[in-house]
Amino acid sequence: MKLDSKIPEGPLAEKWSKHKFSLKLVNPANKRKYDIIVVGTGLAGASAAASFGELGYNVKAFCYQDSPRRAHSIAAQGGINAAKNYQNDGDSIYRLFYDTIKGGDYRAREANVYRLAEVSNNIIDQCVAQGVPFAREYGGLLDNRSFGGAQVSRTFYARGQTGQQLLLGAYSALSRQIHNGKVQMFPRTEMLDLVMVDGEAKGIITRNLVTGEIERHSAHAVVLATGGYGNVFFLSTNAMGCNTTAAWRAHKKGALFGNPCFTQIHPTCIPVHGDQQSKLTLMSESLRNDGRVWVPKTVEMAEKVRKGEVLPNDIAEEDRDYYLERIYPSFGNLVPRDVASRNAKNVCDEGRGVGETGLAVYLDFRDAIKRDGEDTIRAKYGNLFQMYEKITADNPYKVPMMIYPAVHYTMGGLWVDYNLMTTIPGLYALGECNFSDHGANRLGASALMQGLADGYFVIPYTIGDYLATKPYDKVSTDHEAFEKAEKELRERINKLLSIKGNKTVDQFHKELGKIMWDKCGMSRSEKGLKEAKEEISKLREEYWQNVNVLGSNDEMNMSLEKALRVADFMELGELMVDDALDREESCGGHFREESQTEEGEAKRNDEEYTYVSAWEYKGEGKPEELHKEELIFENVKLTQRSYK
Amino acid sequence: MEKGRNYTLHIWRQPSAKVKGKFKTYKVENISPGSSFLEMLDILNNELEQKGEDPVHFDHDCREGICGTCSLFINGRPHGPEKEITACQLHMRSFPDGMDITIEPWRASAFPVIKDLVVDRSAFDRIMQAGGYVSIRTGGVPDANAIPIPKENADLAMDAAQCIGCGACVAACKNASAMLFVSAKISQLSLLPQGDVERSKRAKAMIKQMDDEGFGACTNTGACEAECPKGISLSNIARMNREFMRSAVVD
Ligand SMILES: Cc1cc2nc3c(=O)[nH]c(=O)nc-3n(C[C@H](O)[C@H](O)[C@H](O)COP(=O)(O)OP(=O)(O)OC[C@H]3O[C@@H](n4cnc5c(N)ncnc54)[C@H](O)[C@@H]3O)c2cc1C
Ligand code: FES
Repeated sequence: MKLDSKIPEGPLAEKWSKHKFSLKLVNPANKRKYDIIVVGTGLAGASAAASFGELGYNVKAFCYQDSPRRAHSIAAQGGINAAKNYQNDGDSIYRLFYDTIKGGDYRAREANVYRLAEVSNNIIDQCVAQGVPFAREYGGLLDNRSFGGAQVSRTFYARGQTGQQLLLGAYSALSRQIHNGKVQMFPRTEMLDLVMVDGEAKGIITRNLVTGEIERHSAHAVVLATGGYGNVFFLSTNAMGCNTTAAWRAHKKGALFGNPCFTQIHPTCIPVHGDQQSKLTLMSESLRNDGRVWVPKTVEMAEKVRKGEVLPNDIAEEDRDYYLERIYPSFGNLVPRDVASRNAKNVCDEGRGVGETGLAVYLDFRDAIKRDGEDTIRAKYGNLFQMYEKITADNPYKVPMMIYPAVHYTMGGLWVDYNLMTTIPGLYALGECNFSDHGANRLGASALMQGLADGYFVIPYTIGDYLATKPYDKVSTDHEAFEKAEKELRERINKLLSIKGNKTVDQFHKELGKIMWDKCGMSRSEKGLKEAKEEISKLREEYWQNVNVLGSNDEMNMSLEKALRVADFMELGELMVDDALDREESCGGHFREESQTEEGEAKRNDEEYTYVSAWEYKGEGKPEELHKEELIFENVKLTQRSYK
Repeated sequence: MEKGRNYTLHIWRQPSAKVKGKFKTYKVENISPGSSFLEMLDILNNELEQKGEDPVHFDHDCREGICGTCSLFINGRPHGPEKEITACQLHMRSFPDGMDITIEPWRASAFPVIKDLVVDRSAFDRIMQAGGYVSIRTGGVPDANAIPIPKENADLAMDAAQCIGCGACVAACKNASAMLFVSAKISQLSLLPQGDVERSKRAKAMIKQMDDEGFGACTNTGACEAECPKGISLSNIARMNREFMRSAVVD
């Protein structure tokens, strides 16, 4: 297989305009002759489905929640980037592009990232026009803040609920199209397989989560916008239902999977409290703008703190180690996420962690409150402080918060070309579910931007180029390909229901998560990865012999839903480990212990690894084949990231 | 570590919409006070599954109080005993050791039970589809800063826009009225110049759909505001009523 990224010729800044002009168009009267399936109605899917409907295509949209308004995009707190330069602080499309490429540790495509920066401004216009109540200044214009270590203030936000407001905007556009009859919405419906006819994507098989009915849907093209796969780690900041199933099923039908091992571990999450936990909560990274991160200077002092013999507020200035400020004097607490996370792990590994488990560091607002007053801090972070207090019963105005890194985002995903098409013709992937724009590390406030860029401003153009060459006739759902896919799915379901083993799905999921976190998490080594591979493969074998899934297929059955998802996570987990083993360099969120500088910083190896790994499924029990898409940098010079 | 706690749970079990439901009693033991309410239910379900009993079905997803999926009526109150909080944000430290806890689904004829604690809230989506939007298309919109909006209006709009669509207002109301939900969206959009153009049409369409779905009338008891996990204010209902009156006059 030859990977063709379809990056247009020409200067960087002109690629997208030229490309748009060269794309084939579907005449307005003919659009209604084409049906498009959109799986997922988060930011990426809802914006795409609404835009398709407005253009005149017939859309079927699917989500597993009871309403499209509940996709996990809703949980994004911090904000969304755009290169508006409203603050007159030197921002530009080029700077946003440059920051994103650099932030991604030079493992993303220049052309895609530039386009993302280019359309970012349209997104803000679009959202404001929908009635998204972004934060404003007294003069009535939009407010911005600096986020995630950016040197400019380019982040637009709606209190601590930006994702919610953007999603509700996209949901409103989607609702209008549902009302107009252009989009047919299928909530509580899960895609469980992709249907291919003559090598192209022609439909999906779904399960109605209320009745258990297995249904067939045929279309001229299929768009996946099914979000990230962070839940492979069991504990993450993702919603409980986030899964890889749609993407993984597409992968098994031939769509290559890009950079599966690139995971983002977010530094500011509420620490794990014990083994009864099933979900982790993110504290927005904006907190690092004012909070100072520290641990006790010595192991002895840390021990006393853990035992409750000494309280953090009683620790003298000279006994505290503000390690980020110490190691990275120019960025301090605002170093990128991967750097902040790794350093938190290091100090805890040294035995200087705090909290009952020793797996936590302080995020302290004492000095900020002294400087700006409690009211100012409350105005900025009030709702976050309140959320923290609800969960931990500690008051962060009085005692330092405790935080620890947690799995948050997956940069990897289905490999797509410049048109967002996967290696399966007619199958597209948008939003977090593709691998495209963030390289090895995503910058804060850039996922919302990417989801909406893909959905509102990229796919509505690029899909026409494919559809324009296709006949209007649709494949019948009686086609043998549908027959076969449905039959295989029923067998899979029946198999899971008939095992009647001794362990619940959650028990397996927890075990998988632990292997992934310990050996394919913040720090990875050849030895650990090889062990992980073996352990996962054993666990997977055990799963299919010993899992206990109760109930039947013909009803609402949440155990079965989970069982199908966890089965796919197991397979993906193995691929993540393979990918992490292959990449013998450290870059972004991927830290290979064998590849570090003397000071313990990540060491990239551009000579050998300036590529996207794209994995091809070769059949049950066979190793996947690695394809490499070389990354070519014509506009930026590759430098080692340094935040010192 | 604090000591684990024990509880007696009385949970509404109903295999499907067609079958009558009833309460069943369960015991859970050694629950960490730091566990969330839903983690406590996870523990129960894990035990039930190990015993071969059907786990308790309940809706949940984000588990951080923002998606609006969780919908539990706990000891007689939507989302339980605490103010401005969703069920998924509750922690067991709010429930004293040994306590009896009753868990029911939202009760409203417009929200039929699907299974156990899971209800069908699609009526809310249909109300939104009737007019909860600004009728624009993707692209071709003015620059985001072209129209300044007074900060107070933007802030008020944001207050209303925080609604998570969970349905606690309906569950709290003795008339099962959806006025707080509907008024929040109508308020948000009528406070902004972008929504102003269609304000009359919107108010009428959404209110009509609300009535068609079988939600009850508002008799100003204020239970909705008191139980709303996002603190959506009753003043939105007043604003909606003004919008509705206005739309009658505009006609
Ligand atoms: C707590 C948190 C905070 C964040 N904060 C920020 C931030 O401040 N700024 C930022 O830029 N990014 C942030 N992110 C990241 C960002 O929110 C996500 O990457 C982004 O919203 C993903 O959008 P999406 O549309 O790709 O997927 P999602 O919003 O996850 O939507 C996935 C959709 O797919 C559907 N789906 C999934 N599987 C199936 C299936 N098999 N069948 C049918 N439907 C399916 C779901 O129902 C859902 O509709 C945050 C993420 C988290 C978890
Ligand atoms: S699960 Fe999302 S609000 Fe409770």
